[in-house]
Amino acid sequence: MQKRHSWKEFQKEIADDHYFYVRSCIRQNFFPGSEQAFLNIMRNDLGKDVFEDPRHTSCTGIGYHSDIVPLETIMTVVARQFALMTEAGYENLTSSCITSFGIYTEILETWREFPETLERTRESLYKATGRTFEIPKNVSHNSDVIFHNREQIAAQAKLKLVNALTGEPLRVVEHIGCHYAKIFPSKGIGGSEFPYVLAGMIESWGGEVVDYPERRHCCGFGFRNYLVQANRGYSVANSRKKFESMAPYKPDFIVCNCPGCTMFLDKWQYTLAEMEGATYGADNRGIPVLTYEEMAGLVLGYDPWALGMQMHQVDVEPLLDKMGVDYDPSSKYLGKKGKFIGAPSKAAVNSSTADKYYRIKR
Amino acid sequence: MKVTVIGGGVAGIQTALALKGLGLKPVIIEKEDTLGGKLRGWHKLFPTMTPVGEVLEPLLRELREQNIPIMASTEVLGIETDGVITSHGKVESRATVVCSGFDLFDATLKEEYGYGIYDNVITSADLERMMNNGKVALVDGTQPRRIAFLHCVGSRDEKVQQRHCSKVCCVTGVKQAIEMRRWFPQSEIYNFYMDIRMFGSGYEEMYRSAQQEHGIQFIRGRISEAAPVPGGKVQIKAEDTLIGRPLKMTVDMLILLIGMTAGCSNSHWAECAGLEQSDSHFMRPLNVFEGNVRSALPNVFYAGTVTAPKTIGESLNEANAVAFRVAEYLKGL
Amino acid sequence: MIDFGFGVNTARAINMDTNDLDTAREIFDRLPDLQTCIACGSCTATCTAGAITSFNFRKVHTLVRRGEYGEAYAEMSKCMLCGKCRLVCPRGINTRGVVMLIKKKLGDY
Repeated sequence: MQKRHSWKEFQKEIADDHYFYVRSCIRQNFFPGSEQAFLNIMRNDLGKDVFEDPRHTSCTGIGYHSDIVPLETIMTVVARQFALMTEAGYENLTSSCITSFGIYTEILETWREFPETLERTRESLYKATGRTFEIPKNVSHNSDVIFHNREQIAAQAKLKLVNALTGEPLRVVEHIGCHYAKIFPSKGIGGSEFPYVLAGMIESWGGEVVDYPERRHCCGFGFRNYLVQANRGYSVANSRKKFESMAPYKPDFIVCNCPGCTMFLDKWQYTLAEMEGATYGADNRGIPVLTYEEMAGLVLGYDPWALGMQMHQVDVEPLLDKMGVDYDPSSKYLGKKGKFIGAPSKAAVNSSTADKYYRIKR
Repeated sequence: MKVTVIGGGVAGIQTALALKGLGLKPVIIEKEDTLGGKLRGWHKLFPTMTPVGEVLEPLLRELREQNIPIMASTEVLGIETDGVITSHGKVESRATVVCSGFDLFDATLKEEYGYGIYDNVITSADLERMMNNGKVALVDGTQPRRIAFLHCVGSRDEKVQQRHCSKVCCVTGVKQAIEMRRWFPQSEIYNFYMDIRMFGSGYEEMYRSAQQEHGIQFIRGRISEAAPVPGGKVQIKAEDTLIGRPLKMTVDMLILLIGMTAGCSNSHWAECAGLEQSDSHFMRPLNVFEGNVRSALPNVFYAGTVTAPKTIGESLNEANAVAFRVAEYLKGL
Repeated sequence: MIDFGFGVNTARAINMDTNDLDTAREIFDRLPDLQTCIACGSCTATCTAGAITSFNFRKVHTLVRRGEYGEAYAEMSKCMLCGKCRLVCPRGINTRGVVMLIKKKLGDY
């Protein structure tokens, strides 16, 4: 992987400070600590100004990609987000979600190429809400922003992506959401074939990036495919193709920058273990799947349970132990003020369940 | 009368020889320090497997015997009606023949194939160099057992602004596949193609012999991506379009048949002399019939791949044709 | 095992790494002409069996050459051995010979 140099040619401008933050619809359910971790890292560790307006909404990208929300509607919803940003006096939008990032980028390109659609959107928004808006000066994905600050995070690191016992770099599979750079390669760091946004973080923080044959393959999320139960086999089959391809490299974990990919690469390992008895990690277990905020959080010494990592389908303890993270295994399911938040039933993907070793408190 | 010939590849050399033969005084201006152009470094020529030296050496010998002046390591800065401005001063002449040739497509632009990133992904030009050096092997020195050629890399591809067909890569792919069969008799060899364009004399016969006698397998479909597999191999994906199903395989060596792109100096010619370029940035001849070696300017002429991808034989023919046109023009002055 | 109400789709790609290519190799070692097929489709266009069934001689022998043998025997059995395909083949491939050879080699597949 050290030979991938094309990322230097695919650079984009990433704002340095004063961000208007927009969330993902689904991340707070599946990886509930990640968005808060982003805000904490930005504000507390890096000292940046990130503003969030509680009135902002879903970008409706899931509805748009499932043929429920028409283009005119989503353009108006996006325009409303921009209006909130304009009202707050911000110019740099940063999005938690890859689909949203793709939507924002695509809509801005549409407006640039067809100015009449921008005028129609302005009119629709004004009629509906009385709001007006400015075009953002800079649009980035949250992973771009973390990439932009990766060296500073490395300088403040408490831990490295290194096996604490052997001193060997951890082997990391990075998976990039399709809508990050496959729509507009120039809008992604490293372009679409060799995206560097996550690989750059991994390398800066001491890990080793695993390049494997199906690296560029889609996780299979596909919106309408997973939404319809009978079609879910499409999605699972694509994830399985990736797992089978990466397994021989014995990755220590997978890191993603897209909400859907993170969810499915994590959840479908459970599904495949239950349906086919197949697991792809060490010791007949799954491969832990992290968000880039969780990865950054561990590097900066955040508590894994504060990062929400107990909500993963595939247990993360083997990775935490490997990295030498200082954590209390027994308090995995203790929420705020020590209140038990419930524990999942045993699953084939975690066949050597953590509670066997850790006496998890209830 | 003095005529400048820009470029000392086969087209430029033959143009100079033909002009001299008609009693004119050619001078060759070459930006490199040696003559021979792209042909230097190539191994054998299709469809006869003729070693390059058998074509190039006699031309160079003839050039020496004829005492044709050569300005090597010299850049042309401008083309004017009474001569050419070079990095070594002005060369006065009554006519100029542009034989500045083509560039090889830069395969790193097709990022999905991993050229320059994955060890055993090479170009057709790299393979010629290897054969010239007498050693064809994988990076670790071992022999490839499964080899894939990919046609049309940097040709017929709008993504890299190369709409045209480079014409010679199909037959080069067939030639190199046969050569690889001779190097590695036990290997499996696959050529992935979109169309096989065997336009020249003896080409179709060579294609057929590749299939029938050399066991080269031709799969119709463009490879969409190459990815690394442990042990320095690459996995490739294509559609077998004659079956209508995706196909994947792991190969030891992937050879990209890179196309001919317009010479990087073409835009300079267009700018400094007011000459026209075609869609693919090759120089546009006056017309493609009786004016194929003439430009829109009466004193500027073309020969060889400066106007379009061509074979060695075609470039040599154009060199002879352009000498005739130049002589005709000078007589009329 | 849990039933989630859906299955996992199987991969459709022709996998040249796992397919058994030895039988294919034996076939075109015996009849190297087959390799010269340029997929013009005149055999299929004129095929007596193909006019009334889904039999596609060109496609079936291409599948066999890629190591995809499933159905090939049954498909080739649809051939009526009339020989018209051999008359029209511009490469002069012994198409009837290909049918018989594939049936012989793949009979027990």
